[in-house]
Amino acid sequence: MITCKDFLSELNEFLDDECSAKVRQELEQHLSECPNCWVICDTTKKTINIYRGTEHYVVPPEVHERLITALRNKASKLRHS
Amino acid sequence: MIQRVGQTSGFDEAALVAQAQRGDVEAFTELVNRYEGGIFRLARHITQNPEDAEDVLQETFLKAYEHLEDFQGNSKFYTWLVRIAVNQSLMKLRKRKSDASVSLDEPFDTGEENLAREIAVWDPNPELLYSREEIRAILEKAVESLPPAFRAVFALRDIEELSTEETAAVLNLSVPAVKSRLLRARLRLREKLTRYFKRKGEDLFDYL
Ligand SMILES: [Zn+2]
Repeated sequence: MITCKDFLSELNEFLDDECSAKVRQELEQHLSECPNCWVICDTTKKTINIYRGTEHYVVPPEVHERLITALRNKASKLRHS
Repeated sequence: MIQRVGQTSGFDEAALVAQAQRGDVEAFTELVNRYEGGIFRLARHITQNPEDAEDVLQETFLKAYEHLEDFQGNSKFYTWLVRIAVNQSLMKLRKRKSDASVSLDEPFDTGEENLAREIAVWDPNPELLYSREEIRAILEKAVESLPPAFRAVFALRDIEELSTEETAAVLNLSVPAVKSRLLRARLRLREKLTRYFKRKGEDLFDYL
């Protein structure tokens, strides 16, 4: 029998699809019987997805310009050394 | 720049890197254009400071340019950049605050930590409850509240999508340490976000 504590400690492996078929089946069984763990699992998955779905910071143009300038300086310094 | 890393690091990356290694600054600039967004985001997540993040951004690409011949092509170019950026970010973090609160060691664990307290179903469309800017601010504030030891692991595993092994190598941690920190980071963020995204009228239950 899997307890809620067991479920929580296996949550990462479950979400990342890294557990064995046997363990997976046991966890799914627990999920179907335990509304609390179902909510935790569902909202953790959504937490990961919402962060993954965020677009990259657009680097502000002036930051990009300073980077390119620094890079060109470096390149010409390296070429002349 | 809105496209995700991984989808853009397509077929001609190896060619660009090879060109840059032969001294072609334009080719390297193209690599900068592709990856600066991800590196800047990562640096902001770890340092939590815009000036430090810009320094890290510059240092990362300048170092990469200078040591291009060391890149062997065994890993993805982006992963190689990430490794440099993480090292630079951690140095900034250590320099800025020398107190123990920014230690990357595991925070003191009483073993009694309640990993999940708020149990509530989320609204099916949190993006309808808040504007994009508000959601972004909520997400950032939540990450900011994590101890640095958790934040770095979460940023690498779940935002930059490095593997557990890559994350362990970059941060000089064991695989089990990465796993335990990631679990705690995810559950803490889940908890924070639940306060904003839970369905209205949903009851909270005690758990564990
Ligand atoms: Zn349960």
